[in-house]
Amino acid sequence: MPDMEPLLRVEAVGKEFFGNRVLEEVNFSLAPGEVLGLVGENGAGKSTLMNILFGMPVIQQTGGYEGKILVGGKEARFQSPFDAIDAGIGMVHQEFSLLPGFTVTENILLNRESTRYNFLVEVFGERISTLDRRAMRKRADDAISMLGFSIDPDTVASEMPVGHKQFTEIAREIDRKNTKILILDEPTAVLTESEAEILIQSLRNLAGRGISLIFISHRLQEVMDLCDKIVVLRDGRVVKEAKPAGTTVFQVASWMVGRNVETRGESRRQRAETEAALEVERLWVDMPGETVRNVSFSVQKGEIFGIGGLAGQGKLGIANGIMGLYQAGGNVSVTGAKLALNAPDVSLSRNMAFVSEDRRGVGLLLDEPIDWNIAFTAMQVQDKFVKKLLGGLIKWRDDAAMRDTALDYIERLEIRCTGPKQRAVELSGGNQQKVCLAKAFVVAPEILFVSEPTRGIDVGAKKLVLDTIQRVNEEFGTTIIITSSELEELRSVCDRIAIVDNGRISGIRPAGCPAEEFGVLMMGESPVAVSDTVGGNE
Amino acid sequence: MDSAKAQAGPKFTASENVKHFFVSNAVPIIFLGLSAAAIPLSGFSAGYLVQEMLTRLARNSFLVLSLLIPIMAGMGLNFGMVLGAMAGQIGLILVTDWSVVGIPGMILAAIISMPIAALLGLICGKLLNMAKGREMVTSYILGFFINGVYQFVVLYLFGVNGILSLPFTDKPLRIPITNPQLVLSRGYGIRNAINLTGIRRVLDNALPASLRFDFGSGPFTINIPIGTFILIGLFCFFIIWFRRTKLGQDMRAVGQDMAIADSAGIAVERTRVLAIVISTVLAAFGQIIFLQNIGTMNTYNSHEQTGMFSIAALLIGGATVSKASIANVFIGVTLFHLMFVVSPMAGKELIGQAQLGEYFRVFVSYGIIAVSLVLHAWKRMQERERARRGLRGEG
Repeated sequence: MPDMEPLLRVEAVGKEFFGNRVLEEVNFSLAPGEVLGLVGENGAGKSTLMNILFGMPVIQQTGGYEGKILVGGKEARFQSPFDAIDAGIGMVHQEFSLLPGFTVTENILLNRESTRYNFLVEVFGERISTLDRRAMRKRADDAISMLGFSIDPDTVASEMPVGHKQFTEIAREIDRKNTKILILDEPTAVLTESEAEILIQSLRNLAGRGISLIFISHRLQEVMDLCDKIVVLRDGRVVKEAKPAGTTVFQVASWMVGRNVETRGESRRQRAETEAALEVERLWVDMPGETVRNVSFSVQKGEIFGIGGLAGQGKLGIANGIMGLYQAGGNVSVTGAKLALNAPDVSLSRNMAFVSEDRRGVGLLLDEPIDWNIAFTAMQVQDKFVKKLLGGLIKWRDDAAMRDTALDYIERLEIRCTGPKQRAVELSGGNQQKVCLAKAFVVAPEILFVSEPTRGIDVGAKKLVLDTIQRVNEEFGTTIIITSSELEELRSVCDRIAIVDNGRISGIRPAGCPAEEFGVLMMGESPVAVSDTVGGNE
Repeated sequence: MDSAKAQAGPKFTASENVKHFFVSNAVPIIFLGLSAAAIPLSGFSAGYLVQEMLTRLARNSFLVLSLLIPIMAGMGLNFGMVLGAMAGQIGLILVTDWSVVGIPGMILAAIISMPIAALLGLICGKLLNMAKGREMVTSYILGFFINGVYQFVVLYLFGVNGILSLPFTDKPLRIPITNPQLVLSRGYGIRNAINLTGIRRVLDNALPASLRFDFGSGPFTINIPIGTFILIGLFCFFIIWFRRTKLGQDMRAVGQDMAIADSAGIAVERTRVLAIVISTVLAAFGQIIFLQNIGTMNTYNSHEQTGMFSIAALLIGGATVSKASIANVFIGVTLFHLMFVVSPMAGKELIGQAQLGEYFRVFVSYGIIAVSLVLHAWKRMQERERARRGLRGEG
């Protein structure tokens, strides 16, 4: 359709934040019913581009943008998301925006409820009209069935599994009759594989009905499966526009990072038997959604130990339990001496550090600058970055030392920021993760727990993070326990990998074992039970 | 502990469900227990207590019901309802001065108080929008501030002759009140105790009904204030209907998450202001109904106790700062006033001191608010624990 006017055309769009250029000369177009995949590393400018398209106030507040956006051939300059919605653009955000106490119907029709007239409307205005529950339910049913999915419209949002929440979010956008373009920001990030498949199928249905989609995802295979066109962003520029046919995932990945991503060889170092650094016996951890029931293992000094398994099986609970963040019980020994559980300060003082999977909640002080974040744990636990006066009676913060350390890590870990005083909340996901790592490295731990180190971050940052973890292990002999959902990642860095299933370890294998063997362990004895718990145990 | 915890599945046993029932209804159950212990001690007859409860339900329910809408909008317990109570009292002072009596007097008082309450509600709502998340303490302190304004108006502007004059003129700045029974002998300012003879019990007795009972211990009569109960019933229907309106739905949305409601295009701040305005106006009506039953008005104190007693009653009924129903109102008013009536007598019987009565009342109501808030926090913790146990898979 080369001569047809595209639904959306982005022309030479650029944007600067505080003198930092994040977008430059971005051009692409979107035809009706077309699915466009937008890929790029974190910090490549995807979020900014979407914020511009959706008229987010943050763009206006920071001086607007350059270039033109044309919707249906007419130039649009959105002042607020409501302008964008009026122009037919809908957006499904990465974080859910559902009201927990509202039903599916109420959430889908939030502030667009069907109403019935009553005489009081004449006096008090439209808002006093009564809700037409029956009509509302019908509209919700219609929107859900358009997705080709079934949810009970009367379920309360807080009682739904994440997958259903995601469908509800999308149904909300579909209910707007004028929605022509739907932007989906990492819609599959929280879904299990089977839920993601259903979602992809639903999105195909939508595209078939003439709704154009902009699909952002880190799961490149999904992008390849779903999209008609892939736009690759790197450092704020469109570096490639390609059709999935005749393109491989590896090609896309290499365009994203600007270099070839080599697959790691299977060669692994040979380790001599050493003493045990961490011994865990009959550990249970009461972590919501990641319950650990009965886990025993031991990790040797200087080892990189991987913990893998499907989501919700309890692999994340192990590190959280040992570090005292959730109620736990059992026996844990660190270098031969017993560790008191349920006390994070004890765990930290035993020279252990933790890079949490919950970066924004546990990992960072979001409103504080980078240097404070990096120094915080070391300052609290080890008295580093502290100047003592009067023989330790008065303690001062050593700002110069904090700054130097922060600058050092910013350089070594390639943290993209404006300087050590930038607030953590302003960084992209990958750079936040690097700050979390730096925070852990500063305490020079003997045992380091790293949970989901590459979740939600892009290919380039992924490689850097994994390389850094390996380097620390080699240079300082740090014992490292990595928890990750991505088996390939574990296989590329670990010495041994434990697979957790249903709160128990179903097997520990050397990383060199074939992937199929790990796959079997993940499924446990009864694969049916596994898929059940993933879907409906929320 | 290990194995016991691990075996607890997502299905709850009967004993766990019973425990959950007690935990989630801890506040009403505790007060039911206390009353059950205090009633025999007090020595009151059943007939007397039933009559007292009916009177007090009629007297207080309207006030307590006015608290429901701000809770729905996520603004917690509206201590700002005393603003409405003050507006209601100003209406009552004026109709008493003008000698408008009976039901018309009450209606006129309501009409006068409405714009005053709406204005005060508007101020309160705007202020609370600047103090999101700290609504309760802000409205509590705002109550003290507006009380100062109220005292200024009632003490210096109301009267036969004012002591203040309009700026740059000799014209006196006053709101004329001529009835010498209302005005202090110095010529301005309202007396502390006002006799509301004109409207005393006019609503309660509008549709008089009395039932005679005889349970063997001698016959007794119970008077039921039907007129007031009809009004309270209408109010209940209003609340049920209001929840089904677009505005009610918006308030529920705002109450759950302001950010999400805002991103859906709901005018969050305006909705919150409306919730407070409605509550304040209704509190003004409630105070008028309350005082017509009492029959006398304490110009400088009546409204002060209103907020605290209403909130204590609602909390005892099992409501929380985030969730309250109509049932909570009636259960709460009954239990609170049962305690109120029997505890001084019970205290007297136990300790033998009659003066203990008044002390006991104040002590009880402050204590109730404190206990309810603590129990609310404890209950939330228990619910989290329960939710967590539900997350464990089968052992």
